[in-house]
Amino acid sequence: MSSEPNLSYIKSLSKGDMVFEKQLLGVAKRELTEEIDLYTHCIENHKYEQAAEVVHKIKHKVSLLGMETSYSLVAQFEEELRVGKTRLKLDFMAILKKMTNFLN
Amino acid sequence: MRCLIIDDEETARLILRRLFEDIPDLEVEREFPNAIQAIKYLNQNSVDLIFLDIHMPDFSGFDFVQTLKRPPSIILTTADKGLALDAFEYDCIVDYLVKPITLERLQKAVQKAAGFTQKAIPKDEREPEPAVSKSEFYINIDRTLIKIETDSVYVIEAKGDYIFIKTSKKDYKVHSTLKKIIEKLPPDQFLQVHRSYVINLAQIIDIQDNSIVINENVIPISRSKRPELMRRLDLL
Repeated sequence: MSSEPNLSYIKSLSKGDMVFEKQLLGVAKRELTEEIDLYTHCIENHKYEQAAEVVHKIKHKVSLLGMETSYSLVAQFEEELRVGKTRLKLDFMAILKKMTNFLN
Repeated sequence: MRCLIIDDEETARLILRRLFEDIPDLEVEREFPNAIQAIKYLNQNSVDLIFLDIHMPDFSGFDFVQTLKRPPSIILTTADKGLALDAFEYDCIVDYLVKPITLERLQKAVQKAAGFTQKAIPKDEREPEPAVSKSEFYINIDRTLIKIETDSVYVIEAKGDYIFIKTSKKDYKVHSTLKKIIEKLPPDQFLQVHRSYVINLAQIIDIQDNSIVINENVIPISRSKRPELMRRLDLL
């Protein structure tokens, strides 16, 4: 179980195909950047239901990067956002930071 | 098997395409970032299998399934573990894959789909045959019976104990309910899109995410009514 981003799932898909790995990481990085921008906008404007939808998409990328222990926190945050709760916001921001650092 | 991928995340579509390279029986016909584009495609084409994301903006995977009259086999792909029970309400949904999807789990799902005998959706079986179109109906206003041509009706709105029938000639206020007026209208031409609105499908000018423009009226669409509306429209 890891809370740190890693390439284990992506490596299992690519089977050594570096072109595919680069393509997938590039798409994931672009989408994550857009999703973080949208998430930030939603939180700033108190649109928590919409923020939950974005967090849902980010949750997939958390699992893509093998962050099993972070996944449950993100899933919890998504559920809480749907009822307007933001108590896990800082934990989620820390996860986003790890992901963006890794993808950059 | 010819299949479609419907997922708003490019990352997810890319992963599926990669996994399909190891499943020789699968041929990806098209992929779509939203369900509306897929509905348009399926109006003209058929496939054997759809890989469908549940969480998509505006039109969810479940909304999409409800629009299909003769759905092919569907494998749901989702980051949610908690929707499996909802998924198996539909006979056409043969499996439920939680992202990140592994090749082994995908192969198992595809084998299930290959052996799946398609059953009709019970809801479709219950659907009545369209009634013969009624070209007119009468309303009673101040003890006068007024003939309304159904084609002239744009929209009918319920407000309190009254309904407002908006036609190309005139608007009428009638002491009645939407339920009663719906019985007088040809079901193939009119649809209740909201608890307070019935619309003439032939009069639609534009459809946006959650509303319809008819004449100059902007009519809200209930989330629960949207799949039926999309199914009834002949999308190009």
